[in-house]
Amino acid sequence: MSLSVSLQHQFDSISLDIGFEVQGGVTALFGASGAGKTTVINAVAGLLHPTRGRISLQGEVLLDTDAGINVPVHQRQLGYVFQDARLFPHMSVAQNLRYGRRMRRINHDPQAEAHVVDMLGIGHLMDRQPSNLSGGEKQRVAIGRALLSAPRLLLMDEPLASLDETRRSEILPYLERLRDEATVPVLYVSHSMAEVARLATHIVVLSGGQVAHAGTAEEVLSNPHAVPALGIRHAGAVLTAQVTKHEDDGLTQLGAAGGQLYLPQIRAQIGAKVRVRIRAQDVILATEIPKGTSALNILQGEIQDMHDGQGPGVVVALSCGNERILSRITRRSAQALQLRKGMKIYAILKTVSVAHGDIGGVPKT
Amino acid sequence: MTWLDPEGWQAVALSLKVATCATLFSLPFAVFIAHVLARREFFGKQLLNGLVHLPLILPPVVTGYLLLITFGRRAPLGGFLEQTLGLVLAFRWTGAALAAAIMGFPLMVRAIRLAIEAVDPGLEQAAATLGAGRMRVFTTVTLPLIFPGIIAGAVLGFAKALGEFGATITFVANIPGQTQTLPSAIYAFLQVPGGETQAIRLVIMSVVLAMGALFASEVLARRARRKMGGIT
Repeated sequence: MSLSVSLQHQFDSISLDIGFEVQGGVTALFGASGAGKTTVINAVAGLLHPTRGRISLQGEVLLDTDAGINVPVHQRQLGYVFQDARLFPHMSVAQNLRYGRRMRRINHDPQAEAHVVDMLGIGHLMDRQPSNLSGGEKQRVAIGRALLSAPRLLLMDEPLASLDETRRSEILPYLERLRDEATVPVLYVSHSMAEVARLATHIVVLSGGQVAHAGTAEEVLSNPHAVPALGIRHAGAVLTAQVTKHEDDGLTQLGAAGGQLYLPQIRAQIGAKVRVRIRAQDVILATEIPKGTSALNILQGEIQDMHDGQGPGVVVALSCGNERILSRITRRSAQALQLRKGMKIYAILKTVSVAHGDIGGVPKT
Repeated sequence: MTWLDPEGWQAVALSLKVATCATLFSLPFAVFIAHVLARREFFGKQLLNGLVHLPLILPPVVTGYLLLITFGRRAPLGGFLEQTLGLVLAFRWTGAALAAAIMGFPLMVRAIRLAIEAVDPGLEQAAATLGAGRMRVFTTVTLPLIFPGIIAGAVLGFAKALGEFGATITFVANIPGQTQTLPSAIYAFLQVPGGETQAIRLVIMSVVLAMGALFASEVLARRARRKMGGIT
């Protein structure tokens, strides 16, 4: 499975010139609002005709402006989950879910349908009308509707952006299940670093109409040079850690590559692996183990790379075992501590700076 | 049957036949034109829009006269229709139906166009991504969603057809049993001494028919709206 996209498009004041490849898993198309993410996903879906471009899926050319090929939307066999759900108001949830099967004349497979309905937790909604659903329920039904049309690729355009914080955290676990249980690859458009860090297996970062960074989620998120494009307040590496103990005072102990971590109680069984996002701005660096500190997490590492940007800050990448952590500190501190590549360093992290939403399941590989 | 003259009953029956035929025959065209006007951009769109609305702004007698010189038996198009299809319009009930259809057409198109414009094009895009071609998007998404609008347009067209007088009398005259519709019958009764009673009874019939059509459309539209859970 692979999607290959290369396109040029002029709109408003931005000119897009973009090329990237998508393999399996969840590929996040990340960028600020107006970076052209929706233009790209709509071009893949066939809803937008770019000035110039070539898009192919599994070797089949969907669009080639030079050769005059443009497969119509309904023949591309892609699923699309829109930001605003777009359920058909005159059909029940069950009819919405079966719409794609009807249109594509797919044989009824009760088992596959039951699996999707179960995975999204929408079994109790089947007879309801879309107008009686909450925002989160609508979005889950929309995902189910797209999945049941047997897509070769699932496109998701900011599926959580129109939901409030509570609904968002309610849906994220379903999206993780989708990533781990469904075999269909996903192209996921988002401007939320939290969602991307939680869900993506691969990341393509758009900036100024071009691809600024692309690679696996671990690579891109731990690349100090990608921090400006990812947003300095939200950027941060992801660590894989294993739950070792739930303690009585509301903390969970985890084992990570660089040492032990204490995080706010996680609803996961002992032995389960989780993916923890640690924001660069929450990590303090010290050249020796600090004494008398309130911070519970002190990981030992080695400085691998540094990004010195335009502002007053410096982003330091350190390796802890085989994992990477990013820390954003001031240039003044970096100079005072005489930080340089290869130096041994301690990374200090406050337990309470890691939010519940920053902890998720580890993608299956 | 004594309440109305046989002539009066004939007029009622003919009016119903003319209005029903005119509505049913023009409805598909009205939906098509409304869809084109609501969703497509093309050169000459304003011209088409103006043409559709012409019967609404022209004096009905003018429309009737234009029909006569186009569809009369000696007119090129009228002669052609008679030779190929054996269809004669001038001074027949079929002509009355054509006149009624043309006069009601702009009203139908307006109501249906408003309904189409109220449908979120995003829903049609969603249907396309789920594998529906253009025609199936229309039949499975757009059409059910504009159903209340189509009903409203049909009722407007039907009411206009029932009441159409000027174009009808100009194009097909006022022949009892053939082209004498309700309004022409009322007009005819008013022209003869002692005809007021019959005229008033026909007026009552007109009110009953129009209210009946309106009531039926309300019931249909409400049922459609309930199915959509309160969203129109």
